[in-house]
Amino acid sequence: MKKFTVVAAMAAAMMSSTAAMAAELEVTHWWTSGGESAAVAEFARLFNETGNTWVDSALAGSGTGANPVIISRILGGDPMGATQMNTGRDAEGLIQAGLIRDLTPLAEEEGWKDFYADPGLFDACTYDGKIYCVPVNIHSWHWLWLSTGAYEKIGQPVPKDWNEYVASWPALREAGVVPFGLAAGWALNGIPGVLLADVGGPDLYMKINKDHDAEAVRSPEFRKVAEAWAALRDVVDPAEVVPQFGDVANQLLAGEAAGNIHGDWIQGEFAVAGATPGVEYDCLPGLGLTDRIEGGGDAFYFPVLPEGTAQDVLDAQTTLAKLLVSKEAQVAFNLKKGSMPIRTDIDLSTANDCMKKAITILESPEGLLPSGETLNSSDTQQQLDDLNQEFFADKSYSVDDYIEEYAAIIESAD
Amino acid sequence: MTDIGRSGAVSRPVEADKPPGLLYNIFVRNITAKIAASPMVAIVLIVFIGCTLWSVWFSFTDSRSLPNGDFVGWAQYERLFSARRWKISATNLLTYGIFSLVFTMVVGFLLAVLMDQKLRFEDGFRTIFLYPFALSGIVTGLVWQWIMNPTLGLQSTIRGLGWTSFTFDWITNTDMVLYALLIAGTWHGTGFVMVLMLAGLRSIDGEIWKAARVDGIPTWRTYLQIVLPMMRGVIVTTLVIVGSGIVRTYDLVVALTNGGPGLSSEVPAKYVINYMFTAGNLGQALAASTVMLLAVFVILIPWMIIEFGPKKAH
Repeated sequence: MKKFTVVAAMAAAMMSSTAAMAAELEVTHWWTSGGESAAVAEFARLFNETGNTWVDSALAGSGTGANPVIISRILGGDPMGATQMNTGRDAEGLIQAGLIRDLTPLAEEEGWKDFYADPGLFDACTYDGKIYCVPVNIHSWHWLWLSTGAYEKIGQPVPKDWNEYVASWPALREAGVVPFGLAAGWALNGIPGVLLADVGGPDLYMKINKDHDAEAVRSPEFRKVAEAWAALRDVVDPAEVVPQFGDVANQLLAGEAAGNIHGDWIQGEFAVAGATPGVEYDCLPGLGLTDRIEGGGDAFYFPVLPEGTAQDVLDAQTTLAKLLVSKEAQVAFNLKKGSMPIRTDIDLSTANDCMKKAITILESPEGLLPSGETLNSSDTQQQLDDLNQEFFADKSYSVDDYIEEYAAIIESAD
Repeated sequence: MTDIGRSGAVSRPVEADKPPGLLYNIFVRNITAKIAASPMVAIVLIVFIGCTLWSVWFSFTDSRSLPNGDFVGWAQYERLFSARRWKISATNLLTYGIFSLVFTMVVGFLLAVLMDQKLRFEDGFRTIFLYPFALSGIVTGLVWQWIMNPTLGLQSTIRGLGWTSFTFDWITNTDMVLYALLIAGTWHGTGFVMVLMLAGLRSIDGEIWKAARVDGIPTWRTYLQIVLPMMRGVIVTTLVIVGSGIVRTYDLVVALTNGGPGLSSEVPAKYVINYMFTAGNLGQALAASTVMLLAVFVILIPWMIIEFGPKKAH
């Protein structure tokens, strides 16, 4: 009997001690592609090292399919420990209903705003002056990806900016290399914004997207942008368009295509294929023309857990929130994801060349341009996408008509 | 009649001696049947007619992602009809619709006639031809997308076999993409038309065939001039089903081309969905859907007048 009591006491002590240290936390997200799941596995690994357990719930269907599932679980009283979620109106509804944990005390205690590269990243997370989510990375479309293999084929050095790249197109064509690898559909939609900010310059970008100045659209600076866009249209052969952006990544690595403008997540595909920047591929942020690029990020939310949840689970939430923005996790995650870290004070020896270039940009005081999605309403964005899709598919669409249509959309933009 | 009228009019003593009035006819006559039908009537009134009117009303507002905008008159329609994407969508649907209707009807009828020749393994053939219809538009679109994709499908396969100049790139060609859509659409819809037509053919009395044979009329003329006119009911039904399917064409386009290349295979239903959910512009989307509704009425009303209008005396 006495022996039993001792054993029971010991067992209880052990249980309580482990319980105080560790808890299981379910984390939902929609990072399911090769590079993405490798990236989120880094968060899981580091979280498990703290003694807690990361219960992974990957949801299919990306932002449009998974986001509603996440929201309905939180609304339905079955919240997960932490979740990736789109910032915006839906998240605001949950915050208003008091279902999302307020992270302001933690943010102040940890001094998040001091080490974030751009405090503007918190804008999408802030509601009534309080912080409700943790931005974990910065994604940007403003990258020109170049294939070193393709330039070896034509015996030219890899271009240092957009203009050199454009100049190399005829030689690439002659050598049977696709000058610009393109994926079908939405992959096109990000490119005009990149040309606007980088060929046209940040001032033009802000005049058009923020001030909605139609005269700026009719200016000679914008004509340069439209001509660059037309040049890109004319060099792409519709029959060479591939189905997915991952296919473009493979084309670049194989030297079959020379370049591509795409979001930094394509780097995740490069990483999965085991490629290194500077060896198999090269990257030029801001197309090598500007050092201000447009960006926005993915964010994690921590739902308010039901009454009676053990303290250790709540502590695990806090641990995870701290971990997501820690130096170590930021490097490990973003290297696999291909995105930029949210802080610049990380250990550069582990970062690859592209991340180092990104950090240089982030360190400059005005490095990040606000993204077009936050400046324009989605209605305006859709009209611009429609125009750009039509212009790109129809090689007889003149630059003049394009500028006029563009100006008309900007005039009525909100 | 008067007895029932009296008993029903107890509560209205003033009108007790008059013949049953309008209100009586509407509310009291056949009261059980009316009660039984009332849920259906309520659903039709609220869900179909009510929601349609709601949609039409909000197409006159400047509602964005939520239906709370102010009345703006015809502004959404002005924008709709000046939008290039809408014009392209409407033209595409018209071209696709006419070709699709003609192809599925003609091919479906011919297949039904072939089936009607007392074939061996008819059941097997019927299943094979009907099978595509069992697939959803999304699956059909995806399968044909893989087949017609120049870098993955038929073109690269045949080039791989040695015919290096073979080109089949309709799906990436702005001028031909509608016909690529047509191939998939016809493949999907023909079997269904065939089955309906076959049922129509089988309902023709055998005596008519015997009479035609006795008169020495060739088989093709019997089909064209005797059987076909007798199948009017089946043909009209098929036309309405296929026609309404064409107006709401959406899933096939999304899976096959997603409107591309560029906007060259956009359809009106996709415009509605895009502006409602992606662009968050409810007013614009509802204006587009109202125009689609009017287009359906333009087709349906003459047909309804012909079918259900005052019958000619026999």
